[in-house]
Amino acid sequence: MGKKDNTNPALAEQMEAEKLARKQDRERRKRVRKEEKLAEKRQRKFDERVGASAIRIKETGGDKVFNIVNLVLLTIILIVTLYPLIFVISASISNPEIVSAGKMYGWPVDISWDGYQKVFSNERIWRSYANTIFYTVVGTALNLVVTMPAAYALSRKDFVGRHLFTTIFLITMFFSGGLIPTYLLMTQTLHINETIWVMILPGATTMNNIVIARTFFQTTIPDSLKEAAEIDGCSNFRLFVSIILPLSGAIIAVIGLFFGVTHWNSYFNAMIYLNENGPLVPLQIVLRQILVKSEFDASLVITGITGNVAGGMFQAEQVKYALIIVASVPVMLVYPFIQKYFVQGVMVGSVKG
Amino acid sequence: MAFATTAQLPKNSLRRKSNLGKRIMRNWQLYLFILPALVYFIVFHYVPMYGVQIAFKDFVAKKGIMGSPWVGFEHFATFFHMEDVNSWATFVEALKEFFLSTSWTVILNTLLLAGYTLLAGFPIPVILALLLNEVKSVPYKKLVQNVTYAPNFISMVVMVGMINLFFANTGIVNSILGLIGVPPTNFLMNAGAFRHLYVWTGVWQSTGWSSIIYFAALSSVDPQLHEAATIDGASRLQRLIHINIPTILPTMAIMLIMQVGTIMNVGFEKIYLMQNASNIGVSEVIATYVYKLGIQQAQVSFSAAIGLFNNVVNLILLLIVNKVSKKVSDTGLW
Repeated sequence: MGKKDNTNPALAEQMEAEKLARKQDRERRKRVRKEEKLAEKRQRKFDERVGASAIRIKETGGDKVFNIVNLVLLTIILIVTLYPLIFVISASISNPEIVSAGKMYGWPVDISWDGYQKVFSNERIWRSYANTIFYTVVGTALNLVVTMPAAYALSRKDFVGRHLFTTIFLITMFFSGGLIPTYLLMTQTLHINETIWVMILPGATTMNNIVIARTFFQTTIPDSLKEAAEIDGCSNFRLFVSIILPLSGAIIAVIGLFFGVTHWNSYFNAMIYLNENGPLVPLQIVLRQILVKSEFDASLVITGITGNVAGGMFQAEQVKYALIIVASVPVMLVYPFIQKYFVQGVMVGSVKG
Repeated sequence: MAFATTAQLPKNSLRRKSNLGKRIMRNWQLYLFILPALVYFIVFHYVPMYGVQIAFKDFVAKKGIMGSPWVGFEHFATFFHMEDVNSWATFVEALKEFFLSTSWTVILNTLLLAGYTLLAGFPIPVILALLLNEVKSVPYKKLVQNVTYAPNFISMVVMVGMINLFFANTGIVNSILGLIGVPPTNFLMNAGAFRHLYVWTGVWQSTGWSSIIYFAALSSVDPQLHEAATIDGASRLQRLIHINIPTILPTMAIMLIMQVGTIMNVGFEKIYLMQNASNIGVSEVIATYVYKLGIQQAQVSFSAAIGLFNNVVNLILLLIVNKVSKKVSDTGLW
């Protein structure tokens, strides 16, 4: 935890040496890993040739049937899950008349980007898109600032009152005042309806995520770290900021993305607390108007492909498909990269609920 | 820093202070850590719980929650059509009336929808996890996992938008059914199709994600058990039934308790978005009814009473299931 003093030449020299040593170390490790991988590969090849593992030798006819049935079932699940997603993508870039006639079954036909063009040129969609990005970024930042320290405090065995606080928080998972008292609180007491605060404050944290983060701290941060820091005279605040948080990248990613996705997808608070045609509405409200209520801006449908009313209607469907893609792309893009952490996060949380 | 302040205190006061006080003082910063969350829960969760008293009052906006006059259980009596009960005969009469009223319809709709959701939504993730656990090919396993988790991230609005597009007269579902000679039907306008539509699209969206927790539990199975069973001649299916399922049983119990404990909170967001004039008879549930009465029609106290009834039923269910689960399987939430 020593302070870096660059003016001291001896220290600088030492740091240089350390850097060099670290570099060498890294290279050595890289080499070892490569060798390990090679050895593993060789072993696997050998196994395949000899049929090494005892369990594999004993595979009976019944087990083979089981395997096949299992693979077939999973493949069916895979297709059923994937098909609607692929269909939406294809429908968004296919000729809308063919889609509406039911002649497009999953592979794009007669590619047309008109739907996206209409979506991209609609100002209302973009304004709400910007609003949603703002709510997601600011909201998630607040979520992390509230959730992480609380979870860390609750993870400390020497924190007097942690059972009391845990109980106070847990009760909120199973009992709530309900919609009406909450509505009165927002509109009559706090007066935050029709403001951006109503999109950010009401979900500042959830006990679910606190429990996940707490379990992470309990299972991955050794007690000795805290004790050592304490002996060095390190305050809890500093311990948290400079030791615990840098070790918690995975859980910050998970919790941040749980909250982020929630913000991105939420429409309920906006629906009841914001004016649906006002400047503050998030994307999901505009989506609801277009996708669910089929309320269109004139600019989205005014010119159909064939120039008649029916053409406009087909076009409207394509706009809907394109809008679904545009609205879901950010989450879908982030998801594959973070997926690994997502799963870890859920698993950590499930170790001890 | 905390350490330093304690060290600077005079020795006497240090000694006199109770052990508890010392332990609290040493970690005083941890209380700052928990403060924002505590404030949040108090303001946004406990204040509304306190505000639940309007269910027993006649809310007048000008007087506020505190100033409005008490009416006791009047709103509950109205909801159950029991206002005029003073004898056995009037009670029977009121009961008849209740079973013909909107109140009973929304309770029944809530229970049917929630029960159906639980029946379909609870076992399928378990089955998926069990199947997935048996796959040997790691890339294939990863593929199935990645694909089945994805729908969980689709927003409810988009989900219902997709339902509206797919199940409309000209939607893809009708064109596929047309291939095998089924005449097109508009599922969206068909009240009988609403529950199936609601539940099975929900299964599509949540199965993968819900299976994660079981999949995680399965990874804790002791491989020695499997080895021993294999040597004794147990087949894959037998091992699945006698080793894997018992291992995830406690997780299943916990998940079941959690789901039953929130059973009355059927997905308001999705139901509200899926409602239309044709399916309102089966799609009006307690949550949507409360929303419409309380916020759209400003019958604040009456709707708060219905909401409270809903929450209390939920809580009682949770307590019962937790108790039963503890008796039967030694697993409980607390």
